[in-house]
Amino acid sequence: MERLEILKTYKIYIGGQFPRTESGRYYVISDKKGNPLANICLASRKDARNAVVAARKACGSWSEKTAFNRGQILYRIAEMLEGRKEQFVAELIKLGSTQKAAEKEVELSIDRIVYYAGWADKYQQISSTVNPVSSSHFNFSVLEPMGVVGVSCPQDSSLLGLVSTIIPVITGGNTVVALASESLPLCAITFAEVLNSSDVPGGVVNILTGTQKEVVATLASHMDVNALVGNTKDFNSFSEAAVDNLKRLISFDADWTKPEAHGLHFVSDVQEVKTTWHPIENIGGASSSY
Amino acid sequence: MRTDKEKPVSPSEIIAKSPQIDKVGVEERVARFQTRSIKNESKMQGLKMALSMIDLTTLEGKDTPGKVMQMCYKAAHLHDQFPDLPTVAAVCVYPSMVKIAHEALIGSNIQIASVATAFPSGQSTLEIKLNDTKFAVDQGATEIDMVISRGKFLSGEYNFVFDEICAVKEACGKARLKVILETGELVTLENVRKASDLAIHAGADFIKTSTGKIQPAATMQITYVMLMAIKDHFNATGKMVGMKPAGGISTAKLALHNLVMVNEILGPKWLDNQWFRFGASSLANDILMQILKTDTGLYQSADYFTID
Repeated sequence: MERLEILKTYKIYIGGQFPRTESGRYYVISDKKGNPLANICLASRKDARNAVVAARKACGSWSEKTAFNRGQILYRIAEMLEGRKEQFVAELIKLGSTQKAAEKEVELSIDRIVYYAGWADKYQQISSTVNPVSSSHFNFSVLEPMGVVGVSCPQDSSLLGLVSTIIPVITGGNTVVALASESLPLCAITFAEVLNSSDVPGGVVNILTGTQKEVVATLASHMDVNALVGNTKDFNSFSEAAVDNLKRLISFDADWTKPEAHGLHFVSDVQEVKTTWHPIENIGGASSSY
Repeated sequence: MRTDKEKPVSPSEIIAKSPQIDKVGVEERVARFQTRSIKNESKMQGLKMALSMIDLTTLEGKDTPGKVMQMCYKAAHLHDQFPDLPTVAAVCVYPSMVKIAHEALIGSNIQIASVATAFPSGQSTLEIKLNDTKFAVDQGATEIDMVISRGKFLSGEYNFVFDEICAVKEACGKARLKVILETGELVTLENVRKASDLAIHAGADFIKTSTGKIQPAATMQITYVMLMAIKDHFNATGKMVGMKPAGGISTAKLALHNLVMVNEILGPKWLDNQWFRFGASSLANDILMQILKTDTGLYQSADYFTID
């Protein structure tokens, strides 16, 4: 007897769990020939709000982990992704990649995670400063995570774009609500499975599938979302809604395969600078080295 | 309906008359209260009503005068940026903090509730419990939240429990008495009903679910059973008794479900902070966030509200 194939149900990822969208809606994506590939959850505004609640809940403990521990967990994501390379390659091919391009994309993604894993316990030292002031103060600035960050993942890239935009945000101790590429969402949900099995606490990364009009608009106006990362051309329609809590908007327009598509600023852009004025005895005189 | 309303009844008679509880039926009925659709205008009214019914509570070993004063300020100024908000109904503190709350709330209509009678366990002598009560009243408490002796209740010493409530009621003087059943320790819904009936007949002005120290606390099933006890008593005697679910009600949604239930069981007369209260510490902020959300359309962040 012929074996029945078990088809995968692609669900969304909220608070470390894989629920269906509460709205019960879905959309169909197809391969290049027009054959349907999968039913994808069409996340609602309510799903986006639930994801924000989950992300906020996860914020405290994630940002309080030691930088070194966050680096270890990020490295673990890379390890798990390495182990499931073939699955991602197969999915990318389904979505229209060639074998070679798919392999390259998965490898670049793994390398990019390892790259940010390295930054986890270094960005703070590199970006913090001791500032010269003309009073009796020791004045220094350090970075602190912003909190909950919304990420509208690149539309034209399935895995690499998602990894390149999400990972630097969590490297700095933020939590994320991400909307996957609308037309290429398969790898995003499979990547959520990788996150789920690599010691990333539930809620640190939440991944939704659906439309920018619904999900990103909700994130933009939500007072409990501290920053929004997304493509430059997608932002114009949402920037006004983001004014109410002075949400920081960080836009990118990058070719994710290029070396300039990673860097320290991807981490430090989603950080707040805290400056401390520490009173000291007068060392502002000529002999002071500050 | 009872006809012998004037005749005094003994605790064992009260217990014998307590009805059996159909647990499955209770769950089905409670589930229906949670499906009512509330339109925006009524929602705003309901949220404000829920705010006005809160007993803003701090009952911790680490309470300090500063913490109590801060909470009293919050009780009177919930969110001054938003006009026309009610104040909460009362603050609820330990007896040692009553004086501080009393001074902080001079000139407001906010009641001062104090837990007493060796709260939360109630494991002490009657004498100490009565002194505890009198001390709180002398310090300025206008409401007393007492705990029943659950150990005695569970071992069937209903007379003891009944007499204790009567004695504390007497010690309260003019202060209103809320009787905490600590339903989390009573195990069954039948026991909750029996304890409710006992407390009501012993002179409770309010019956209250829990101390907040034990889970489960104020589930809707338990509140439902207690509301039914109040209803049966009202039908039999015409006397109103108040209800206070406490512990575990931390979201505006749950508060609205509770109000729906009170309205459908006891009617609009009970939709008043004279007769219905929420014992809660973090509920107020969630309701405030919902009120602002309803007003502005924007989902709110705890960053813009007080830290409890």
